[in-house]
Amino acid sequence: MASSKSSTDEFIKGLWNENPVFVQVLGMCPVLAVSNTAMNALAMGLATAFVLIMSNIVVSSLRSFIPKQVRIATYFLIIATFVTVVDYVIQAVSLDLYKALGAFISLIVVNCLLLGRAEAFASKNTIARSTMDGLGMGIGFAFALFCLGAVREILGNGSLFGASLFHDSFENWVVMILPSGGFFTLAGWLLLFNWLKQRRAKREATTALGLRKEVA
Amino acid sequence: MSHSELATAPTPAPPSVWHMYRAMVGVGVFCGLLIVSVFQVTLPLIERNKAEALQKAIFQVLPNASTSTTFSFDVDGGFKLLEGDDVGQPLVYAGYDDAEQLVGLAVEAQGMGYQDVIALIYGYSFAEQAIIGIQVLESKETPGLGDKIETDPDFLENFQSLDVSVRGDGSALANSVVPVKHGEKTEPWEVDGITGATISSVAIANLLDRSAQYWVPRIRNNLRNFQGED
Repeated sequence: MASSKSSTDEFIKGLWNENPVFVQVLGMCPVLAVSNTAMNALAMGLATAFVLIMSNIVVSSLRSFIPKQVRIATYFLIIATFVTVVDYVIQAVSLDLYKALGAFISLIVVNCLLLGRAEAFASKNTIARSTMDGLGMGIGFAFALFCLGAVREILGNGSLFGASLFHDSFENWVVMILPSGGFFTLAGWLLLFNWLKQRRAKREATTALGLRKEVA
Repeated sequence: MSHSELATAPTPAPPSVWHMYRAMVGVGVFCGLLIVSVFQVTLPLIERNKAEALQKAIFQVLPNASTSTTFSFDVDGGFKLLEGDDVGQPLVYAGYDDAEQLVGLAVEAQGMGYQDVIALIYGYSFAEQAIIGIQVLESKETPGLGDKIETDPDFLENFQSLDVSVRGDGSALANSVVPVKHGEKTEPWEVDGITGATISSVAIANLLDRSAQYWVPRIRNNLRNFQGED
């Protein structure tokens, strides 16, 4: 019972408290580059999530087999393999999607989130917990990319998932689709998350103070 | 702390070389096998997707065609019906209507865009002596800006009838295809650019010009190759 609860915690933490993009600020290259439309962002997020889950499973199942000295090279080998698999599968599923994601699929290999989870979590935990961690972090990453992609597409192109939202009266805010728009949007989301975190910390501090006064 | 104590302090035993090799080679073999099997499984699907995309593109750029035949081009011998896998020779796709009359040719062309090579296919109509449609096959242009070469209706309107008629002696195009700024198109051989995607739209005009300069005179001089009168 206790172990099932803790793996749920591993899942939840990636979604919110330790969200890879908004809290840990990891893997910024695809976050800024492919988040210009909601569809691209979601596809990229799901591809990364798949690679993360698979590499976490393999790394944690081989954790006693891999000597410390060659662990990084081995992790990269495993990650690169799954990225290649994803690359072929996307080509087989839809050439249009493959065209949209372009070079960024291959760049999942160097996403530091993947190596970070392999090194910091999967190499020290059981397969079940690593799977939950990969699932949580992966979905958290996809969610964060979608948040950025949706904002950028709405403001920069006046549409969401390609469907036009406003009438012609809306002047597209082109800078939001350009690379600089990625930085602006990311800054906005980070601001929101930090504000939420500070507010929660303050509230916890005041309740703790109140408790202490009651005791006194 | 004396010298002898330092020397005998327990250090973690280095893993044997064998363990490292075992891990690296083992994982390498596993990964290699995984990639090869995924490649084998997806290859027919990917090839089918690509062939389908090409077929779709041919009929999109030659809207009046109902069947298409592939020809290979030999500098000395003109155009020949493609037999088997004639790798290395440039290919063109002839489109025929229901009455088996030649309506036009679809030709692949590529050139450098803003990010990477742009590959496209365009339809050439004999009757109009013009390019009557283009379809981008491969491009990595900036999403949201450069990729408007595939979606911008004003830009694609350029290629509903882009004049590529040949000179009287049949040696070259009468007018080069030239890119102009958005809204300044006056002649049928000019390509109206896209504001915000200048490099990509100019690249399309230039690669079409280069390809048409090469292919259109050759196609017209070997017209009988396509009409079954070898």
